Amino acid sequence: MAQQNGMVEKRSSGLWLTHLGMIVGVAFIFFPIWLAFVASTVDQQAIVRPPMPLLPGDKFFENYARALTSGVNAPVGIMLVNSMVMALGIALGKIAISLLSAFAIVYFRFPGRHLFFWLIFLTLMLPVEVRIVPTYEVIANFGMLNSYSGLILPLIASATATFLFRQFFMTVPDELAEAARVDGAKPMRFFFDILLPMSRTNIAALFVILFIYGWNQYLWPLLITTDPSMNTIVMGIKQMFPSGDDTADWPVIMATSILAMIPPVLVVIGMQRLFVRGLVESEK
Amino acid sequence: MATVTLENLRKSYGNTEVIHGVDIDIADGEFIVIVGPSGCGKSTLLRMVAGLETVTSGDILIGGRNVNSVEPMDRDIAMVFQNYALYPHMSVFDNMAYGLKIAKVPKDEIAKRVANAAEILQLVPYLTRKPRELSGGQRQRVAMGRAIVRKPAVFLFDEPLSNLDAKLRVQMRLEIKALQRDLGVTSLYVTHDQVEAMTLADRMIVMNGGVADQIGKPLEVYADPATEFVAGFIGSPSTNFLDAGRLGRRVEGGAKVGIRPEHIRTVAQSETDYAGKVVYSEPLGAETLIHLKLLDGEDVTVRQEGALPIPSEGESCGLAWEAKDEMVFAKDGIRLRQ
Repeated sequence: MAQQNGMVEKRSSGLWLTHLGMIVGVAFIFFPIWLAFVASTVDQQAIVRPPMPLLPGDKFFENYARALTSGVNAPVGIMLVNSMVMALGIALGKIAISLLSAFAIVYFRFPGRHLFFWLIFLTLMLPVEVRIVPTYEVIANFGMLNSYSGLILPLIASATATFLFRQFFMTVPDELAEAARVDGAKPMRFFFDILLPMSRTNIAALFVILFIYGWNQYLWPLLITTDPSMNTIVMGIKQMFPSGDDTADWPVIMATSILAMIPPVLVVIGMQRLFVRGLVESEK
Repeated sequence: MATVTLENLRKSYGNTEVIHGVDIDIADGEFIVIVGPSGCGKSTLLRMVAGLETVTSGDILIGGRNVNSVEPMDRDIAMVFQNYALYPHMSVFDNMAYGLKIAKVPKDEIAKRVANAAEILQLVPYLTRKPRELSGGQRQRVAMGRAIVRKPAVFLFDEPLSNLDAKLRVQMRLEIKALQRDLGVTSLYVTHDQVEAMTLADRMIVMNGGVADQIGKPLEVYADPATEFVAGFIGSPSTNFLDAGRLGRRVEGGAKVGIRPEHIRTVAQSETDYAGKVVYSEPLGAETLIHLKLLDGEDVTVRQEGALPIPSEGESCGLAWEAKDEMVFAKDGIRLRQ
């Protein structure tokens, strides 16, 4: 009994130590976010006059309402919608396209199959920034500046996702495709009825990554949206910063920052459940 | 229900021919087992009948209709795969119903057929479960159920029992046999296990290197093997092969003489010119297997009644057999008939 107590004590002290370490780590990361939140709930004077307040003030509703409806250049509400459309468009588009291309590469024998796969793979080495000028030229010629299609289409193909789905499809036993064939399923039917439900977990994981990728796009929206009503929120925050001698409206900027963080956080939390459930079910 | 006919069926991958022309007429309701070692082309043969592999030359007829270029679903067949190939995200019910749903069978008809198959296979309590929540034997049954509900003309089995443990294998073997007899569906069954082949088959095809060495009833194949390969492959423990020259008897053109272990007796050394040392013996209760090494180094197995006295290890024994039990094979492995 005594020995058991000793063991429990030993374990609990180690537990406290690890917890302490983690709490310090979390506090370290969380403090700037907390400061941003505090700054979004006080008025301009309170921020400018040192010391900076560490507890939320009473201007929460006022600042957020101002940010959502008017903002600095464009209402944050509109920018949130723009970002949402862009991020969802990119994430869903990338998943749809890469699922189909991986399906083609793995399950069909057509001339140039390997060539196409390696071509897709090669594009992994070309980030948006490298091809941004020619892409801009193309989009401008199509008249897609200041439009959702202009925001989404150039970013909609994903070599990474195609590669990931290809690897996953290759682990699916061939007999499954053969059984479906004997059952009379045509290729697309097999894709929708069997392959797609089996890829659920991978789709959820990719959706999280790709949504955040789309949400955080900065350079591309900055380049092709000149109309403030088409601004996305991540570039919008930067544009709120004053140029020259203007004073910054820090409470509204901070409120915008906090608002910009909420959708990705919600996606991560919401998808995490699906993700973990998918992992636990692990089936093939 | 239908007959199946294979006519000079060949298969090549590139320039390599793997099936060198197989001919067989399968009667309606017959249970045919294709047996052979791995790599002999037996699975390829089955997959050609299923339509999963293309035919290089020759013909496949199901119910008198040439199906060489017909899609698997239109061949009126159902297949049971070695790893069952159940759809992991579907319930047992949906797994069995999937083919019928695609064929646009009315919902109540689907429910009736699945319920019926589940009844036969004792799967009723598991219909809502997912395949991963089932044991190996139950998964096997679901795979069978998926084949039964389609009411096909031909069942194709691709080593369906090889993923089960020994005891379950024996049980499922009996169930498959009973099921096939009840339903009366023509069946083709691929296995590498000669016991499965012997017990299940109405007729069996012994494949070796892409050639059907022998086609016949199990006991006929056992008693009268056409080639050295068949004599060695069918039967356990396998046939003893002795060098024909050493037998002291002139066998015209013969290279080897095969004698089944149960046809050899141990006798006193003085009664015969064949003798060997006992290496070890395996008493199995009903019978005893005695492994001997002949003086010239050849290995011989003798199978005798369990009640007979067992010679001790290292003891020298004489061996004797009837001349009628000798099977003489030529150099190329073909049986020579006297």
